[in-house]
Amino acid sequence: MRICASAGEWLDHRGGLIALWTDAEYAYALYEPGELVAIALEGGGYPTLSARRPGAAWFERLAHDVNGHTAHGAADTRPAIEQFRAADGKAAWPEFPMPAGEGVHQVAVGPVHAAIIEPGHFRFSVLGERVLKLETRLGYSHKGTLGLIRGKSARLAARYAARISGDATVAHGLAFAQAAEAALGIEVPARAAALRAVCGELERLANHAGDIGGIAGDAGFAFLQARFAWHREAFCEAAKAAFGHRLMMDVVIPGGLAGDINTGGAVAILTALNGLEAEYPSLTRVFEDYASLQDRLVGTGTIAPGLAAAFAAGGFVGRASGRRVDARVTPGYAPYIGLDLRVPVETDGDIAARVRVRLAELAESARLIRLLLHYLPEGHIAIAPPSGTGTGLGVAESFRGPVWHWLKIDSGTIVDAFAADASALHWPLLEHAALNGILADFPLINKSMNSSYSGVDL
Amino acid sequence: MVWQTLARHFLGRRAASRTADPAAVATLTARLRDAGLARLGRSLAIRHVAAGSCNGCELELRATQNLVYDLTQYGLSFTPSPRHADVLLITGVAARNMVEAVRQAREAMPEPVFVIAVGDCAVDGGVFKGSPAVLGGADAILPVDLIVPGCPPSPTQIVEGLLALLDAHGG
Repeated sequence: MRICASAGEWLDHRGGLIALWTDAEYAYALYEPGELVAIALEGGGYPTLSARRPGAAWFERLAHDVNGHTAHGAADTRPAIEQFRAADGKAAWPEFPMPAGEGVHQVAVGPVHAAIIEPGHFRFSVLGERVLKLETRLGYSHKGTLGLIRGKSARLAARYAARISGDATVAHGLAFAQAAEAALGIEVPARAAALRAVCGELERLANHAGDIGGIAGDAGFAFLQARFAWHREAFCEAAKAAFGHRLMMDVVIPGGLAGDINTGGAVAILTALNGLEAEYPSLTRVFEDYASLQDRLVGTGTIAPGLAAAFAAGGFVGRASGRRVDARVTPGYAPYIGLDLRVPVETDGDIAARVRVRLAELAESARLIRLLLHYLPEGHIAIAPPSGTGTGLGVAESFRGPVWHWLKIDSGTIVDAFAADASALHWPLLEHAALNGILADFPLINKSMNSSYSGVDL
Repeated sequence: MVWQTLARHFLGRRAASRTADPAAVATLTARLRDAGLARLGRSLAIRHVAAGSCNGCELELRATQNLVYDLTQYGLSFTPSPRHADVLLITGVAARNMVEAVRQAREAMPEPVFVIAVGDCAVDGGVFKGSPAVLGGADAILPVDLIVPGCPPSPTQIVEGLLALLDAHGG
């Protein structure tokens, strides 16, 4: 970590911004590929980064609402989580400025949505069917997770990390565990590292399968949705057979793994992989062959490569917009060294490109799991974390992008923590992706990015 | 080929049939009688509201609609509007920021309304219990008639919970 002596040094740091947070003394900015920069808080605040790095805005708003620290000079001071009518119904609803012009009107969607999804508010300003502006308001599922993590041991706090975003429970659990392991200076056994990777890839497969099917379903291809949901189900059941839980919640713990892979677990996983691989060519072909499906996906919800770079977008959102980024290729990210990870990259930036990236990742994750299970090292699966003092950063590539956790531990107790889901950088991109499209395409665009609400509301 | 598909369906394994726990049905039936709740019939429309979940429960709730669990075979379906719903199904803790939205969704529903809390968080706040941002479980906002615990409950557990509701109403 580098501590900046001046505001100039803080502002001039180069690189893509991943996250920003504060503790009692410092404001921290995390840059690719994992460089931490800090500046001492002055007058309860720090110089804003969002003027140059738009991705910082959400984090600055969150730091204000959670810790009461102000980003001096910030243009966007809307509340992140404290923006709602009080329980007595007295406070005013937020205002949503609308572009001027004849015939412009607003459509309000959420926080209760039509589908089975999390809460969030979307305010569209539309002219006819065309979306002129989209403003998202999040924070509805704020649960005070960071506050619950503080004051507990790493092992005890892991269950909160595992519930920051349920669909990425393995990735958040892994990033949290790695932050704790870095802070306490411990190295997990090779078998645990390999099995964690199996869990991570299995989670990626389940989510990609579910989401790809969901996109096709939204475009009217119920058959694809049914088949992909079938495969997602197979992966969840395989996860249960192998690790005892369909979503693999609480499987990854600081120091290793909560339990070894069950007898027959590897066979269950390989059977699920066989099922997907047998049908994969015919399912993929539907995306390429049907003009009516292409019509909905090609050129819809486009995020230009320059925009994705400005927000340092990760995951399939970044990779579909020309960014060759994947936390799994960072040096030291166990155990991917030697697995020859292939990172698919597209440049169109539309829904079709995001689907192509995710389809390619399905095949790649299946290949990785076969390798990992075949060369599974023998030995212990966990070591007890010692009661130490230190600060640590951890990263894991979730299915939607990198997840970062930061922990400050004092004599075995966590005194401060932060968690950055890839979604924080994807939500503002959704506001861009929806622009100039028709309102009816929005569910498709939203699903193609599938950002986590709970993951950023914290 | 159509005949091949048909043959595969006839020769293939039948989907597992699921039934509700008889004890749960008996309790529910008594509860309904005591509360003087009107019968809803055998086809229920469910309105789901996420009141502060981690999205784990939503994943499993969506899974009840897939080929394996096929919730609609029991006459149960999810509806996009609270105005068409018989059942309010709540997942997640009662997050402070969602209290008003949950109340409004409940008010928009025609009587009688049956409220189900799905998942440990909706049951009593789960691991988030005690956080200042959280009021507790769904019952911190409105009275709950049925709970389906689990973190998250499996699709099988959710389907069985909903079947108990159907049986209590039909029986």
